[in-house]
Amino acid sequence: MSSILPVAFDGIAYASWLFLISAGLTLIYGVMRILNVAHGSLYALGAYAACSLAGAWLGGGLPAAGSFAMLLLAAVLVGCIVGPALERGLLQWMYGKDEVVLVLITYAVFLIMEDVIKLVWGVDSLLLPEPYALPGNFSIGGLPYPVYNLLLIALALVTGLALAWALYRTRAGKLLLAVIHDREMSMALGINVDRVYLATFSIGAALAALGGAFTAPAVAVTPGIGVEVIVLAFAVVVIGGLGSLGGAALGALLVGLVRSATVRYWPEAELFSIYAVMALVLIARPKGLFAAQEARKI
Amino acid sequence: MRIAAAAVAAVAALSGLALTAPQWLVFMAMLALAKGVVVLGLLVLMRTGLVSFGQGLYFGIGAYAAALLSHHWHIADAAAMLAAGTLAAALVAALLGLLLAGYRDIFFAMLSLAFSMILYGVLVKSAALGSTDGFNLHARTFLGLALTSGMERRVFLIAGAVSVAAVALAVHKLLAGDWGRLAAGVRDNELRVSYLGASPYRVVYVNYLVAAALAGLGGALAALAVGHVDPETTYWTTSGEFVFIAILGGTQSILAPFLAASIFEALRTVASQYAPNVWQMSLGVAMLAIIMFLPAGLWTLAERRRRPA
Amino acid sequence: MTQVLAAQRLKKSFGAVTAAADISLSFDSDTVVSLIGANGAGKTTFLNMVTGYLKPDSGRIQFGGRDIVGLSPRRIANLGISRSFQIPQLFQSMSVRDNLLLAESIAAADDPQAATDAALARFALADYAAQKAGLLPEGIRKLLDVAMALSSRSRLLLLDEPTSGVSADEKFAIMDVVMGAALAAGVTVIFVEHDMDIVARFAGRVVAFYEGGIIADGPPDSVLRAADVRRYVIGEELSDAVA
Repeated sequence: MSSILPVAFDGIAYASWLFLISAGLTLIYGVMRILNVAHGSLYALGAYAACSLAGAWLGGGLPAAGSFAMLLLAAVLVGCIVGPALERGLLQWMYGKDEVVLVLITYAVFLIMEDVIKLVWGVDSLLLPEPYALPGNFSIGGLPYPVYNLLLIALALVTGLALAWALYRTRAGKLLLAVIHDREMSMALGINVDRVYLATFSIGAALAALGGAFTAPAVAVTPGIGVEVIVLAFAVVVIGGLGSLGGAALGALLVGLVRSATVRYWPEAELFSIYAVMALVLIARPKGLFAAQEARKI
Repeated sequence: MRIAAAAVAAVAALSGLALTAPQWLVFMAMLALAKGVVVLGLLVLMRTGLVSFGQGLYFGIGAYAAALLSHHWHIADAAAMLAAGTLAAALVAALLGLLLAGYRDIFFAMLSLAFSMILYGVLVKSAALGSTDGFNLHARTFLGLALTSGMERRVFLIAGAVSVAAVALAVHKLLAGDWGRLAAGVRDNELRVSYLGASPYRVVYVNYLVAAALAGLGGALAALAVGHVDPETTYWTTSGEFVFIAILGGTQSILAPFLAASIFEALRTVASQYAPNVWQMSLGVAMLAIIMFLPAGLWTLAERRRRPA
Repeated sequence: MTQVLAAQRLKKSFGAVTAAADISLSFDSDTVVSLIGANGAGKTTFLNMVTGYLKPDSGRIQFGGRDIVGLSPRRIANLGISRSFQIPQLFQSMSVRDNLLLAESIAAADDPQAATDAALARFALADYAAQKAGLLPEGIRKLLDVAMALSSRSRLLLLDEPTSGVSADEKFAIMDVVMGAALAAGVTVIFVEHDMDIVARFAGRVVAFYEGGIIADGPPDSVLRAADVRRYVIGEELSDAVA
């Protein structure tokens, strides 16, 4: 029974990470109807940028606590530079196309970005342990537990609440919601959908990069870390319902807790457990937990 | 009739190549054939309006089934391996298809990807199956006839060419007739298909099964060519390659997958020699270029009813 | 004269909206029936319940003596109920001929090619046979939509606003073709319409819907002149004050 607490904590920490990597994906899909496979490479870009920026910061002898700001900066830069570059430079010419064709396009972008990352940062692993070790440990049930994970949980909460507030309580957010509901109608009402798309994609990119940047201190950053992320993020987003932020949160929590329990009691089935949850949810609710209602077709 | 003549000519050409060409070319031809037949399965799915990002699942199942036959059950017959690969893939698809046939569009695409990654995870964690290293397979006979050393791949290529040609002609017949029209109907307007009295679910299920069996055959063939299986066969990049070849070749003819796969294999061989770090980027750029300027390959996708925004 | 379709006490609500408030209707094989009513009155909901797109909250529907509530649209189509759609549901990338051929092969016609040729002739579509369905003018699309519905298995044909979106000068011509083909095939027809001239010309019986209920049911002359119908369906201003 004493293992319940660490399992729960692990579960919530993992859920926080899952939410951070899924929020951007579901947001972009909800507004733009694009399942952004390049989400994985934006995540990786965030991780690599974090290594470079925080590495330079720490290498310059600056106070270690500031490295956290560097992580945030990495996410912001990716969001403000790469996001708009992709959206304005490529995606905006493709909006009329079929959803699956759009997936193929983002898939092609993913392939390209994977190699660009390799060309810029090389193929060796990068490590950034300082931010992870800095806050130290605390103990749960006698076992040491990194404070960094608490930071991750806090970050996920803040991000989720900030997004929810921005969507439901600000005018800009309401415009986004309008476009999510009906793009054509929004255009007819004079909403500048082009700008909404640009903003959404950039925010989504920043969120992906945020996930990557804050994961960098906890893992070895290598080419290909973005791959597993796409599949996991998709699983979480599908469980929650494509386009639903609350769904992503709930899906992340569900998957996080189930995975944590699996790792503790049945380690071989770890990877299996995530997709088993997805399969079970889809059998019960084919479009996910909070799927949008579909209007009558005929 | 033209297709049948073309297939016979292709088999003859490949057999000639098998008997006379150097080993490396025989090897490359086997891989092109193997990947081509997987992409043929993608073509069948695309006729129904679906893209699978996870054919690597069945490609891997086909490869491992063939390898396990010799490794665990000591049946070192190439013909048996080809059959085992096809059958194993079909069996798994019979089960998974029950779930997947209810999905469309990106759900279908990403779910198929997810399942292939599940198998990847299972294989990587399985010490009994060699984990990331995989294990070797060795076929010593074909239909009971002993193979002389050095001749194996030549025989496999001929056997592969014959079986793939037979299968391709069967697929052509399937798509050219009523079933192909029904599949196109499901792609264009599945609502109308049900109101006319047919079941889109059933159509997708059958096509999914066919595509899986084809991928299993391809996997077994590839395993025979390489002499080795590892989890890379089920990794998303492998599935991605199949999608790329499908786009490259277009969906107009059953010969297209094989032509595209040959071009692809040739390019890949060159790229891995001279520019391994930009291979994925080149694929990505080529894919974008094809989508933007030569959408004939995506013709069937483009014809689908546009979803409201 | 046999009873083809019978609906008993159908109820259907969507939240606060009552689309069907205890509807009972029966239809004979001999009479062409038109369903009229304002938008949202419940006529299309009724069609959708008969074809299996919607399930009534309660009530029964019998077709040829068989209960069909709860059956899928596919099974209902196989029993012989076909429908056309407000927005033509075609196979856009395929030719007119292939559209019909597909419909006939699904209907398990003995000779789909021959049945297709017959349909092309009956609906005067022969000139368009090779054209892609997605590129047809609206009136032809409507005809194709109905022609597909009228495949060999059809016994009851439900037409959902067959002349909507069709130019005024084509309406009668299209309805003439459609009704001629249906009656030649011995198929019972029920059609939803907003154009009262079409209703008057082609229906033998008119059922008027209003807010989920039926306010009139009878021959076109009497129904189209009834005060309620004029007020709630046709929308004429009456000399006496509106209640």
